[in-house]
Amino acid sequence: MNVPAPILEVDGLKVRKGGALVLDIPSLRLEEGEMLSLIGPNGAGKTTLLQALACLIKPSQGELFFKEKIVSSNHGLFQYRRRLAMVFQEPLLFDTTVFENVSSGLKIRGLKRAEIGKKVAENLERFGILHLVHRSARKISGGEAQRVALARAFATQPEVLFLDEPFASLDPPTRESLIDDLERVLRQTGTTTIFATHDRMEALRLSDRVAVMNRGRILQIGPPPEVMNQPLDEFVASFVGVETILTGRVSKKDKGSFLASVMGHEVEAVGEVELGETVVFCIRPENVTLSPSSPKGATSARNVFTGKIEKVIPMGLFYKVQLQCGFPLVAYVTGHSLEDLELREGKEVVASFKATSIHIVRKK
Amino acid sequence: MDLILEGILKAFYLLVTFDPEVIKITFLSLQVSGSATLISLLIGISIGTMVALAEFPGRRFVVSLINTGMGLPPVVVGLFVTIFLWRNGPLGFLGVLYTPTAMIIAQAIIATPIVMGISLAAIQALPKNLRLQILALGATRFQMVWILVKEAKLPLLAGVMAGFGGVISEVGASIMVGGNIKGYSRLLTTATVMETSRGNFDIAIALGIILLLLAYFINLILTNIQQRERPR
Repeated sequence: MNVPAPILEVDGLKVRKGGALVLDIPSLRLEEGEMLSLIGPNGAGKTTLLQALACLIKPSQGELFFKEKIVSSNHGLFQYRRRLAMVFQEPLLFDTTVFENVSSGLKIRGLKRAEIGKKVAENLERFGILHLVHRSARKISGGEAQRVALARAFATQPEVLFLDEPFASLDPPTRESLIDDLERVLRQTGTTTIFATHDRMEALRLSDRVAVMNRGRILQIGPPPEVMNQPLDEFVASFVGVETILTGRVSKKDKGSFLASVMGHEVEAVGEVELGETVVFCIRPENVTLSPSSPKGATSARNVFTGKIEKVIPMGLFYKVQLQCGFPLVAYVTGHSLEDLELREGKEVVASFKATSIHIVRKK
Repeated sequence: MDLILEGILKAFYLLVTFDPEVIKITFLSLQVSGSATLISLLIGISIGTMVALAEFPGRRFVVSLINTGMGLPPVVVGLFVTIFLWRNGPLGFLGVLYTPTAMIIAQAIIATPIVMGISLAAIQALPKNLRLQILALGATRFQMVWILVKEAKLPLLAGVMAGFGGVISEVGASIMVGGNIKGYSRLLTTATVMETSRGNFDIAIALGIILLLLAYFINLILTNIQQRERPR
């Protein structure tokens, strides 16, 4: 397998603010054409990382390579920035027409009038806002404004595009249609993109790789299914939607599988562990099945527990059921099964999950 | 009561017949205050923008100085300009005391902190990330500052109006450094003071009406600026 050359590479990047280390990225490589998402809670350092990569803030330490050449802060950082584009959470449009806004990056680069006109029209068309061209940026809606901001970014044909939560302040339908358009444009242009978001669904949908950040560090980076199903630690697990995180001690070992005691209950899982070792079980809620009585022999699930329903929370398309089986367990069920099983708070049900569906984090 | 009515009638007569004396005074006023405002714009906007964008120790102190300067008492300015331009003062060799030039200098000193303070506030009031967005668009530092100033153009225009409004209605400094010499350094305000003290209320009222009209137009423009909405 030949490894494509990185378009951006970071070595030992550190950013301090008022003495505190707010960003610490020992290494990061971004391949040409790749779409990388940064997910994490507010204050995780996503924005700081984007701004440091775009040389909008000065890192305290570390080196940045663009197409294998070092980006030096000594002369003309603007030359480097002219090969990038960034879209912020706020559209940050200029107080002029939509046309002038989209052309601003091109004007800064000193392009000719005719060429500017062509590129502006092309990018307005791309985001379906050509009809707004002569409107004042003051008099368009939030969703339209963010489209103008995206068109402005794409107009300069950036080699790397930085998106800092560009959809965070939009209402769901507007956001949905804008993500559709962005996805299509990114597929057309193949632009290398780094996308910061605190919405994991956006990240999973758009990206080739996901990086989970917390407190200025990247905790895990990899393809979305890997990060979703094999989180490296509890923080990542909870952030990618693992609802049940349990700690247990390995009590019995068989070949391939083992039993661990979780709050007095034996849970079977698959993996290589040591006897007596403490392990963390990550159980995704969609892998937990609920049934009215013990499903004897009818399933390969070895982990069968009777539990009491503590809470049923509607989540839109499905319901989240919180159980107490001697340990807390969360399952997702459809509205249909909710009615079928007559699930309600206080009721006893049987919960089961396959040993193979549990992801194990070994405690060092 | 007759005094006022008669005065107003005569004032209108002077205005509609374009009395040469009144016209001359009005033009000189506009010329002196216009020049002073222009000078204050060059200095005020550039330094105001610089202070707004820069980070340096003692910045707060500088900002407080500028804000204090916005309320500089004109007579104090007049006093110091007079001392500096006095025949054997430090700048006495220029020989400009009691000329329109001296009034332009004094008025520029009054207007500059006003324009500077408003520019500073205007640039600071722009969205925090706007500067980063402009840099991310590939702007050089100079391009970035230029775009920011353009973005703040409405509040900056308010600064222009405030500066001009401050000096056109100012009397203390102008009378001290200009001397209110007939046909040479007589302004709307200084003439109003003099004519009033002489009991020539008709001319004083005519001049007053012109001043009021100017003040009205300035505020009309300011109001229009304030009532505009910001872009998203």
